[in-house]
Amino acid sequence: MTDQRSQAELVRQSLKRRYRKERRFRAYGITAIAIALAALVILFADIIGKGSTGFLKTTLTLNVQLDGQMMYLDDATDERQLKMADFVEPLIQALIREIPSVTESDRSAVRGLINPYASVTLRDALKANPEWLNTTRTMTFLAHSNVDVYVKHAGNEAYSIKLSEQQRSWVDQLQEKGVIETSFNDVFFQNGDSRDPSKAGILGAVVGSLLTMFVTLILSFPIGVAAAIYLEEFAPHNKLTDFIEVNINNLAAVPSIIFGLLGLAVFINLFGMPRSVPVVGGLVLTLMTLPTIIISSRAAIKSVPPSIREAAEGIGASKMQVVLHHVLPLAMPGMLTGSIIGMAQALGETAPLLLIGMVAFIVDVPDGFFDSATVLPVQVFLWSGSPELAFIERASAAIMVLLAFLMSMNALAIWMRKRLERRW
Amino acid sequence: MNTLNTTVTGEVQMPEENAVPVQEGRPAETVIEEGKTVGRPFADDAKFKLRNVEVFYGQERAIKNISLDVARNEVIAFIGPSGCGKSTFLRCLNRMNDSIDICRVKGSLRLDDQDIYDPKRDVVELRARVGMVFQKPNPFPKSIYDNVAYGPRIHGLANRKADLDEIVENSLRKAGLWNEAKDRLDATATGMSGGQQQRLCIARAIAVSPEVVLMDEPCSALDPIATAKVEELIAELSESYTIVIVTHSMQQAARVSHRTAYFHLGHLVEVNETNKVFTSPEHELTESYITGRFG
Repeated sequence: MTDQRSQAELVRQSLKRRYRKERRFRAYGITAIAIALAALVILFADIIGKGSTGFLKTTLTLNVQLDGQMMYLDDATDERQLKMADFVEPLIQALIREIPSVTESDRSAVRGLINPYASVTLRDALKANPEWLNTTRTMTFLAHSNVDVYVKHAGNEAYSIKLSEQQRSWVDQLQEKGVIETSFNDVFFQNGDSRDPSKAGILGAVVGSLLTMFVTLILSFPIGVAAAIYLEEFAPHNKLTDFIEVNINNLAAVPSIIFGLLGLAVFINLFGMPRSVPVVGGLVLTLMTLPTIIISSRAAIKSVPPSIREAAEGIGASKMQVVLHHVLPLAMPGMLTGSIIGMAQALGETAPLLLIGMVAFIVDVPDGFFDSATVLPVQVFLWSGSPELAFIERASAAIMVLLAFLMSMNALAIWMRKRLERRW
Repeated sequence: MNTLNTTVTGEVQMPEENAVPVQEGRPAETVIEEGKTVGRPFADDAKFKLRNVEVFYGQERAIKNISLDVARNEVIAFIGPSGCGKSTFLRCLNRMNDSIDICRVKGSLRLDDQDIYDPKRDVVELRARVGMVFQKPNPFPKSIYDNVAYGPRIHGLANRKADLDEIVENSLRKAGLWNEAKDRLDATATGMSGGQQQRLCIARAIAVSPEVVLMDEPCSALDPIATAKVEELIAELSESYTIVIVTHSMQQAARVSHRTAYFHLGHLVEVNETNKVFTSPEHELTESYITGRFG
């Protein structure tokens, strides 16, 4: 009896110790998750804090007198005249009328408030509506990027305001009168890159990314899945296949910039493909994504229960039928998930694309797979290295767009897995 | 490896080739003579003629020189302790062992006097003739209809939808599942109970009208009621099919089979009419096993 009691006592003591251990372990887990979450929150707060203003543009709404004499223009349909005409003067005059204290001698300071591209906007409007000549129109133009920075970040130490005291007081007055306003930055989504931050947009980079991803997807998914099926189902198990398997795993661990070097040496130098085009970017990213897709597809194939295979073989299905009718449908959710994760990785990849020239300054939105292009992460890289502070908020905004793409891809992966699994 | 056995008798016994580990209640000198089977292993009207069959897993000899006939339209049960090679032997009959790399089969195995292991033989055709039901119910994760229709589809047995419907209905009827399944042919098969799934697997196997059905412990994952249904089914099927069944339940062997074969450590020890095996076994190992002294 005494023995039993002391044993129960021992168990109770060890129980206490066990529970303490368990509590400690749980605390470690919660701490780890809390740290990860905090890092995520800080990251998001920083990016959103910096980038949210990137989604705003500053505009000037002016009553422009389209005086033909002032503009040296008497026929708005004449291309030659349009090229020679002065479209800045009406803008300056319109602005001068809005600011009471201004005199003719402040012309250049007033001009500093207007975006250099505003005259182009005016010319295009006149070209489209020649009958507007010699009338007065209310039109909206982009403000100068210095005004943009001042309006959004006045009082922020990090931003240096490049406006004189006089200009600042004008901007304040104009804001009060409602001439200067901020609104949603549609320009950011409609333009390619630009030297002027207020005109710079991500459309070129987004289209470049989509084209590159398309090439990557149509190459890496079929090749990766076919390789995985062959290795898993048909290949004999010998030294050669072992060697191939080890090397696929090695490839998955190769730094991505090496793939960029390979792409430069093989696709551009050896095959003579053009630089900075989505096709080459897609090929390089395919090389980088393939090991990920092969490994995850093989894991998905391996996870198909052997009983299903046996059942099919037992009825007399051939090898090919077993694979196509049973293994592949069951492995598909896993394969798709792996591929989408691989694609998401490729979408965020910068380093290999720098080497094949996708880092060039490209203003136009690419029209095809063989047109010069850049991609979103490279655009972020370019803008964040820019000395102009107005580009920093554009970079953060572009990061937000990139993150939105990545999140929707991951959500797609989860949704596809759930949907396809429910069928079985 | 054998330390557990020593605790009873206090002796260390190492099993050797051709020697049976000594166990309590049985004379230690029982030795199986290789290739010698007592009873009636051969039949006049043989569906399978199996002579001097040996199976190797790498270096290990899993089946040791077994000769046996399986008669047309008989139900033969394979019994024996775990690891005695009965499943391995069964799987030789439709070459299911082919997918195991290290497995080699020697000897002469003939189905209707054609060599099963002829390199030129088409495995797909063989398996269409020799169907198989597995230990665990393994329906495809598809609808009930598609499960049964799969075999006829891949073998091109039905060209029209109506023919296929008929095959599916007949197979399900034969498997005694028609009444339970007819209203939910489109429902997924994995939603059925274990017993229903196993009967579905049997329906799937007979849908391609095989000549032989191999069953590898078909009831080991089922409850007694489901087991009884499957056993009834086996009795009905035996009228038109040759059935080879591996089982761990001696009662089941006694209930469903015409002949029973007792396997021991890769040897075929005894084959005889089922009631003879269970009432008056000729070999002492068989007797020890069926009286529950080991196994």
